[in-house]
Amino acid sequence: MIHVQNLCKHFDDVFAVENLNFSVAEGEVLGFLGPNGAGKSTTMKIISGFLAPSEGCVSVCGFDVTKETHSVQQLMGYLPEGAPAYGEMTVRAFLDFIAQVRGFKGPQKEQRLQAVIEQVQLQSVMGQVIDTLSKGFVRRVGIAQAIMHDPKVLILDEPTDGLDPNQKHQVRELIKGLAKDKIVIISTHILEEVSAVCSRALIIDKGKLILDGKPSELEKQSRYHNAISLNLVDEIPDAQAMLQALDGIEAVEQVNERLFTLFPRQGAMLLPQVVRWLDKKAWQVENLHVEKGRLEDVFRQVTSAKQKARA
Amino acid sequence: MSLEMINIVMRRQLYSYFATPVAYVFIVMFLVLAGVFSFYLGNFFEKGQADLSAFFNFHPWLYLFFMPAIAMGLWSSERQLGTIELLMTLPIGHGNVVLGKFLAAWLFAALALLLTFPIWITVSYLGDPDHGVIVAGYVGSWLMAGGFLAIGSCMSACTKNQIVAFLLTVVVSFIFMVSGVPMVLEAFFWAPQWLLDFIVGLSFLIRFDAIARGVLDVRDVLYFCMQIALWLYLTGLMLKRNQAQ
Repeated sequence: MIHVQNLCKHFDDVFAVENLNFSVAEGEVLGFLGPNGAGKSTTMKIISGFLAPSEGCVSVCGFDVTKETHSVQQLMGYLPEGAPAYGEMTVRAFLDFIAQVRGFKGPQKEQRLQAVIEQVQLQSVMGQVIDTLSKGFVRRVGIAQAIMHDPKVLILDEPTDGLDPNQKHQVRELIKGLAKDKIVIISTHILEEVSAVCSRALIIDKGKLILDGKPSELEKQSRYHNAISLNLVDEIPDAQAMLQALDGIEAVEQVNERLFTLFPRQGAMLLPQVVRWLDKKAWQVENLHVEKGRLEDVFRQVTSAKQKARA
Repeated sequence: MSLEMINIVMRRQLYSYFATPVAYVFIVMFLVLAGVFSFYLGNFFEKGQADLSAFFNFHPWLYLFFMPAIAMGLWSSERQLGTIELLMTLPIGHGNVVLGKFLAAWLFAALALLLTFPIWITVSYLGDPDHGVIVAGYVGSWLMAGGFLAIGSCMSACTKNQIVAFLLTVVVSFIFMVSGVPMVLEAFFWAPQWLLDFIVGLSFLIRFDAIARGVLDVRDVLYFCMQIALWLYLTGLMLKRNQAQ
């Protein structure tokens, strides 16, 4: 378990994190969401023991991060923001250093190195100097470093930043594969990632916790939740007005000439009616589906609402 | 404190020193300058003495610029590149990291110092020097290098900028070097005797002067060891402070 209680961090008079409270249980993959400068990285730095909190406390598997930093760090794998690594070292030398620090020796070390290298597919660059690697490889070296000792707690600050779509997919699969009995916290501003790998999402803004829930629950807060997306084959004059007149429809948005989004009234499920109505009208339909809701929409809604309130 | 961790950190730091040609250029520069100082400024041949005082006398001045250069990157470059975050979140322990890094720098200095051995051979070939005095000189010189490097380690932990770290180290080291010379003492004419004695006692130059003449006094050895311990402790404090910020 990770418990974060009343966590505050200020740099001089700037508040980076304000009164943050949450817990993460084993088996959870927590997605940390928020605009740039929301305090995601700061929170992760505190959990990893790199920064000391101004107030509040963090405990990881029963160990207090400020008092028992060493024990916490032994349990934890951490990928700092930007995946820093010693650029003048070769990948092999760097990972060897990490393995030694993690207490591996002799054949056991070689075995572990081999396993990790295969897991993040670094075989082809082992002899290369890290400074000469592409951004994607550097990121993978960072991930390899974090999972070297098969840690109980894994904290990854923007693990897929700078990766191409294939590599992103790979890293997500890797995280999903790890997660069984571990605690994983990842920060990201790519929202599809949250739906793809996280079992829970936290949205923070200006250092404060705004939303906490399963990605699917958060999607329900979107106004696109249960909205019907309708794509017609032909352009029909006055289609918007006619759709608007339908019973139970709150609003209709025209995305382009042939694409409409229908927002039902509170909680209504309109798909069958819409289908019957379209059939009667004999409109040719290219695509019709109910939206699950858009995380991006929720994200924008909650983070910009806060900004407006402050302004 | 774990010797194993210190060793791991030290070896990684040495790897970084020698990963680029900078270290080799540095050592060559050091050797050339050490030679130039002893032979031209120190009048090694003209003195006609079978000792290395001409060589050792210039070490404080050489170190004033060379040791800060070795130490400047110890922490500031890690902070600049963000690797400090990686290093400090590995289960190594602050003390072990501080010691490991310092030892790497100190070993590097030892290597540069050992490579001056041809001058020892030269003086043995030309005359019949007291080898005990020379050994004492080398040990003392290495201890003093440790003092400079420990100051450098602390200054490096204060800033993200290597150049700033270098300059700060030169300034602080310079203060410790010249604290015992008459010019400085005259400026303290108003001070009581015990304070003057204390200021003289802080001087690298005066301490090393005795060592260079072959007097390896326990108090001087202790002085340099305490300098090292103090500045490494302060390095640890700086790291703690950085953690809180």
